[in-house]
Amino acid sequence: MTVDMTRDEAAARTQRPVRFVKREKRTVTDGQEISDQTVWMLAVRDARDKAAFARLFDFYGPRLKGFVMRGGMDAALAEEIVQDVMLTVWHKAAQFDPERAQVSGWIYQITRNRQIDTIRRTGRAMPEELKHEDEHEPDAGQVLAMEQEAGKLKQALGRLKPDQRAMIEKAYLGDLTHQEIREQTGLPLGTIKSRIRLGLERLRHELKELREP
Amino acid sequence: MSNITHHIPEPMLAAYAAGTLPPVFETVVATHVSMCAACRAGMQAHEIAGGAVLEAGDGADLSDALKSDVLALLDGPAPEDRPAPKRKGIYPGPVMAALKNREPRWKSLGMGVRQSILMDGPDGSLRLLHIPPGRAVPDHGHNGIEMTLVLQGSFADETGTFGVGDLEVADEELEHTPVAGEGLPCICLAATDAPLRFRTLMPRLLQPLFRI
Ligand SMILES: [Zn+2]
Repeated sequence: MTVDMTRDEAAARTQRPVRFVKREKRTVTDGQEISDQTVWMLAVRDARDKAAFARLFDFYGPRLKGFVMRGGMDAALAEEIVQDVMLTVWHKAAQFDPERAQVSGWIYQITRNRQIDTIRRTGRAMPEELKHEDEHEPDAGQVLAMEQEAGKLKQALGRLKPDQRAMIEKAYLGDLTHQEIREQTGLPLGTIKSRIRLGLERLRHELKELREP
Repeated sequence: MSNITHHIPEPMLAAYAAGTLPPVFETVVATHVSMCAACRAGMQAHEIAGGAVLEAGDGADLSDALKSDVLALLDGPAPEDRPAPKRKGIYPGPVMAALKNREPRWKSLGMGVRQSILMDGPDGSLRLLHIPPGRAVPDHGHNGIEMTLVLQGSFADETGTFGVGDLEVADEELEHTPVAGEGLPCICLAATDAPLRFRTLMPRLLQPLFRI
């Protein structure tokens, strides 16, 4: 199947034109750009852009297949997971929030949910979702800060010794027991946590003001 | 703001993100995260780390048709969604999910202590406990890990005081005697990965009957 760009773009404009334009302006600040993956994801979320989705698929599809196969899954089943996860990315795009998540982390989480739901009858126990206000204006500074922290985390991962790195990979693949995770080498998650926490606190204040004007 | 002072230990948050916790502990973690912004941030940080691992790893070639198959499905109906459970009263969403959206079915353990079992199996058990103010939670030793999350009231033991949202994680080393605080009855969500041995309350023979 070929994607008809012109038609899709036209359809997107009629769907949610105002929001997309508003967001698009916010993707570049002070000459710093957010990552391609986030730009594609926002185009999928706000404009239902199929070409951007195809790029996400090209980037994450093979990585996702490799990832679940390293977790012990055979190729055919791994492709089923890729299909389901990428379709979820499309259908649940509205839930993606670049102030608190990275596309890769969001996809990682969707993959875990999908795998657990397959294994267990009851599905995964999930936290309540934060109340997300539609009017909430995205904060480009917060998005960029998250991207930078995530970038540092990736660098830290790249600098690990091979055996440490293998250990971290095993932990996030889900191959380690609780005891083994307890003993693993930690990654520097501190700043990311405080960034996310700041975002959450701000959101909570906004919600509070809405409730108590 | 919340007054939560006892949080999820880091390795458990990592295990939650990786999906390796048994369902009973997973439910307690999801419930605490529903109540605690700090641990939600921690969970999201681990998801970002998992994403970094996913992104850095080697890819595997996809079958030729996979991409076109997926693109062809975009205009199809969205797959059916498991609706996220909502909080009801003192019970956060993950507890309501474990209760299958029904009220707890309390059974008396004697001395005013009640329990409602939510999950029970080889991977451990999950229950709600209802303890009247000032009353001791029956003394127990355990094999393995025990998580107790306060949903209403409070309890205190040798390690400290636990209010709403606080989580106590105990392992086999800890012999503790939690006592419910004054005020509202203490209602907590308790998960264990091995059958508890209640010593003082019930003869051991009766334990299978109460599924403790
Ligand atoms: Zn916490």
